[in-house]
Amino acid sequence: MIETFGITKVFKTLVAVDHIDLSVEDGEIFGLLGPNGAGKTTLLSMLATILRPTEGNAKVNSYDIINQPSRVRKSIGMVFQAPSSDELLTGWENLYLHAMMYGVPSEVRRSRIDEVLELVDLKDRAKDLVKTYSGGMRRRLELARGLLHKPKVLFLDEPTLGLDPQTRSHIWDYIKRLSKEEGVTILITTHYMEEADALCDRVAIIDHGRIKALDSPANLKMRVGKSMIRAKVKEPNLEKIKTLPYVSRVEAKDGDVIIILSEVGAHIQEVLCNIGEASFVELREPTLNDVFLQLTGRGIRDESAEGWEDKLIQVRQNG
Amino acid sequence: MGELSGLYALWYREVKVFLRERSRIISSIVNPIIWLIAFGGGLGSTISFGGADYQTFIFPGVLMLTVLFTSIFFGLYIVWDKRMDFFKEVMVAPLSRLTLFTGKMMGGCTDSLLQGSFLIVIGVFFNINYTPYSLIVVILFLLFLSAATTSLGLAIGAQMSSFEGFGLIQSFVIMPLFFLSGALYPLENLPAWLLFVTRINPLTYIVDGMRGALLGLNHFPIWIDLGVALVFMITMIIAGTVSFMRMH
Repeated sequence: MIETFGITKVFKTLVAVDHIDLSVEDGEIFGLLGPNGAGKTTLLSMLATILRPTEGNAKVNSYDIINQPSRVRKSIGMVFQAPSSDELLTGWENLYLHAMMYGVPSEVRRSRIDEVLELVDLKDRAKDLVKTYSGGMRRRLELARGLLHKPKVLFLDEPTLGLDPQTRSHIWDYIKRLSKEEGVTILITTHYMEEADALCDRVAIIDHGRIKALDSPANLKMRVGKSMIRAKVKEPNLEKIKTLPYVSRVEAKDGDVIIILSEVGAHIQEVLCNIGEASFVELREPTLNDVFLQLTGRGIRDESAEGWEDKLIQVRQNG
Repeated sequence: MGELSGLYALWYREVKVFLRERSRIISSIVNPIIWLIAFGGGLGSTISFGGADYQTFIFPGVLMLTVLFTSIFFGLYIVWDKRMDFFKEVMVAPLSRLTLFTGKMMGGCTDSLLQGSFLIVIGVFFNINYTPYSLIVVILFLLFLSAATTSLGLAIGAQMSSFEGFGLIQSFVIMPLFFLSGALYPLENLPAWLLFVTRINPLTYIVDGMRGALLGLNHFPIWIDLGVALVFMITMIIAGTVSFMRMH
């Protein structure tokens, strides 16, 4: 269980985290979604007692992060954004050292290590130097390490940053399994909306150090409420469609018609009946990116390196 | 209990990594041999001090040099650790800064004492005759020296955020400590300024103590040498601990 009370962090003149009040339930996968520099990692670092808040406070597992940092640390697991396993040691040695540093009793150390290695499918590579691991394997090792001392809360800072899509979805499976099988509360930061969507029970959308919205991914998307229909129609009856009350925008280009509307499920029949003879129809549901766009007026990845790619996809979808 | 096993973990990591890096071990053996053969042998063809040939005379100095370099660079390496995220994982561990410091320091000491022992063995080929007494005294001095200089390196490294200052540390800390210690020359007949500087350099006493034990060529009584070495070590350990406490 995690609770924050007006937690704030100021770096010189930059307010990285601005009076955030948050409450994460036991056993929940809670996502902090926002662009780079939104303050997600800063918030996480304060909760993990790496950074001291400028103002406000928080409780992690009912321990005070300012007055009981060492109890907080014992009760949490942390997986950092950048690889943080020791390359010069083997996977097994990394886990062994971690177990000792976190005071895992010596009689259960080995069995616990076997357990977590099993969980992330790294048993057969445990005796190899971490240097020889792929990015996905390192991530899995770090996930395993985060779980070694059976923390009640696990912090994951951009757990799939820089991984290929296949590895990413594997890591998601592991995280879901952890939450289900171990009952760990998981707080995850990400700027991948697919990640927040696929993993989280609840998502807080963060921008400029503030929470812009907080709800389940489904509810957040419903809030936007807008879906898109793309159809290939030879002679579209655009005027008729435009008069429908739930349609907010209609575009036609080279035989493609794009209709933006709310509650597509309830209205698709009426739209298709009125538009004319369609040879192809495609539906697109709103994504968390649309939610972010609506809340902040810009896309979630506009500032990151992948920005152009997203736009390209949008252009393709729209054009 | 938690702190103790944490301490062991930190130490274990350093020793494991050290033993795995063969190249470092090889260079740690080759460097002193070059000093002894090239420098000691070259200069030794024309000079000798107090009846010992020059190569033998500088052996305690080269021993000191090896441990000094290994220890201080080990300590400074914390700058690199801090930049690597792997050290973050150590920083969030539920361990006190004192444990963190002690574990690192003991790891560094073990590394440089291992290198020191290689060199002690090599000493047999350079006319060093060990007795149980001289071996114990030399190891004691090396222990004090490595603990002190590892702590010094850690103390400086913990406050640095990049490698930019490395050259300055080389010029203003490591080189003066070595060259102004009497490692390469006797402490008699020095010009007044050098006499003064060697007397305030704690390493002078460490070299002197070892030279006394190995060759019987000491300038100060052994209890002064040991006393200075002990005070030097304690001061540096305190400095290192304080520096770690303040490390962000």
